[in-house]
Parts: sequence; C-alpha cells; structure tokens
Amino acid sequence: MPLQELTPVATPYFFYGLSAVAVLSAIGVIMRRNPVHSAISLIFTLLSLAGLYLMLYAPFVAGVQIILYVGGIVVLFLFVIMLINIERMQREYQFNKQWLVGLLAAAVLGVLFVAVYVKGQSIFPQHAVRFPEQLNTQQVGKMLYVDYLLPFEIASLLLLVAIVGAVVMAKKRI
Amino acid sequence: MEITTLHYLVVAAALFIIGTIGVLTRRNVVIILMSIELILNAVNLNLVAFSRLYGLHGQVFSIFVITDAAAEAAVGLGILIAFFRNKETVNADEIDLLKF
Repeated sequence: MPLQELTPVATPYFFYGLSAVAVLSAIGVIMRRNPVHSAISLIFTLLSLAGLYLMLYAPFVAGVQIILYVGGIVVLFLFVIMLINIERMQREYQFNKQWLVGLLAAAVLGVLFVAVYVKGQSIFPQHAVRFPEQLNTQQVGKMLYVDYLLPFEIASLLLLVAIVGAVVMAKKRI
Repeated sequence: MEITTLHYLVVAAALFIIGTIGVLTRRNVVIILMSIELILNAVNLNLVAFSRLYGLHGQVFSIFVITDAAAEAAVGLGILIAFFRNKETVNADEIDLLKF
C-alpha cells in the first residue's frame, strides 16, 4: 500500500538538539559519583539515540532500542545497583590510578577519528539519499526471517546461554 | 546546512570516545559496564546511519547488537553480584585475587 511522501521539517534543529542531549548525557554517565545518576543519564542518552534513529527513518530499531535497552537493560542495571552497597561507593575516590593514560589513549582515538573523517571525505556521500516511505517494520521482519534466519536462531541460543549463566552466577549455592 | 551521514558518524565517534574514557578511567565496575553500553550504542548509530544509504542490512545487524548487549549486561552483572558476595567491593582495582 503506497504511503504519501512526507517532507521532514526542522531537521537541523532536531539533529543538533538530540545530539547535544546524547553527548552531554554520555558525559554525565562517566562523570557522576552516584551510580543511579549515571543510570538516569544513560536513559537520556538512549532515548535521544532512539530519536536519532527515527530521524534516520528506522522506526523499528528506535522501538526496539526503547523497549529493550531502556526498558530492559537499564532497569537491570538499576536493580543491581540497588542490591549492592551505594553509600560507601559515593564517598570513595572515583577514578582509578591510570586515568591519565586512559585519557591519552582516548585522545589518540579521537585524533584517529578526525583524521579518518577529514581524509576520507570523498567516500562519504554528501547528501542523504531520499528513499520513499516504505513499510520499514515489515521489511526488517522479512529480512530477519529470510536472509538472517541463522543469526536469528543463534541469537536466541545466545540469550538462553546468557540466562542460564546469569542465574548460575547469582545463586548462593549452585 | 543539510545533515549528511558524516554528522551522524561524528556523533557516534564522540559517544565512542566518551565510552572509552569511561571504561579506562572509572573504578566502579557498574559504571564501566554502562560505558560499554555507550560504546555499543555508538556502533549502533553508525550502523543505522549507513543503512540509510545502503539498504536495511545495517538495521537488522543493529537489532542483533542490541540483543547481544542485553545478554552481555546480564552476564556481567551476574559476575559482579557473585564477586560482591565474596569481597564487598565494586571497585575494579580492588578485584585483584585469582583465588581466595
């Protein structure tokens, strides 16, 4: 069933706003003392990334991100944070002994990224290709079950192994 | 200025670097695991940005990445709980014994 093509509006504002929220919340994740604050900052990052996926015409991945990542993984993090002792954690020193080397390594990585993006400008297409609006979820679902059936089944096996492993790890007596 | 693919790649690179700084400099293991989730999300943003140009394979792969991130977070937090029961600490530099 053909859908009307809708033109996007105010794209730079949405992009810069969502990207700013994502990057600032990511800085909040690594800098906060309280792990619960870090988890809430991670929620902000994941939600703004879901908005960026919507801007990239990927609504299914945006929905999966919100349901699985925010609704599953971060909730799991919060449960575990509640199980371990927070009060003593907040008063200790937060950064480890090799923080300077870590920062230098990340700076070298940043220089590498900048070099790749500046030198390789010619291979990135300069304008976004405009696809007509199609049924994204149906096509992703079809691809999952037709082209990527084996990785799909292996992913389900991986989740089974992860569940069994996590339960065995967290039990008091095996 | 029109938003091209390169804009999304730069945002993904920034998130990757911030996640790497978190993994390399923080002591708290829970924060380290959350920084690993940041790195995986940066990779997902790259995949979805390129899938806009080259077909839906990037989006399908990013769904698998999210699935793997869930499994890894569950197992990592299970290990953390198991260790916390033994030594009452969640700092990475105090976890230094191979056998009690």
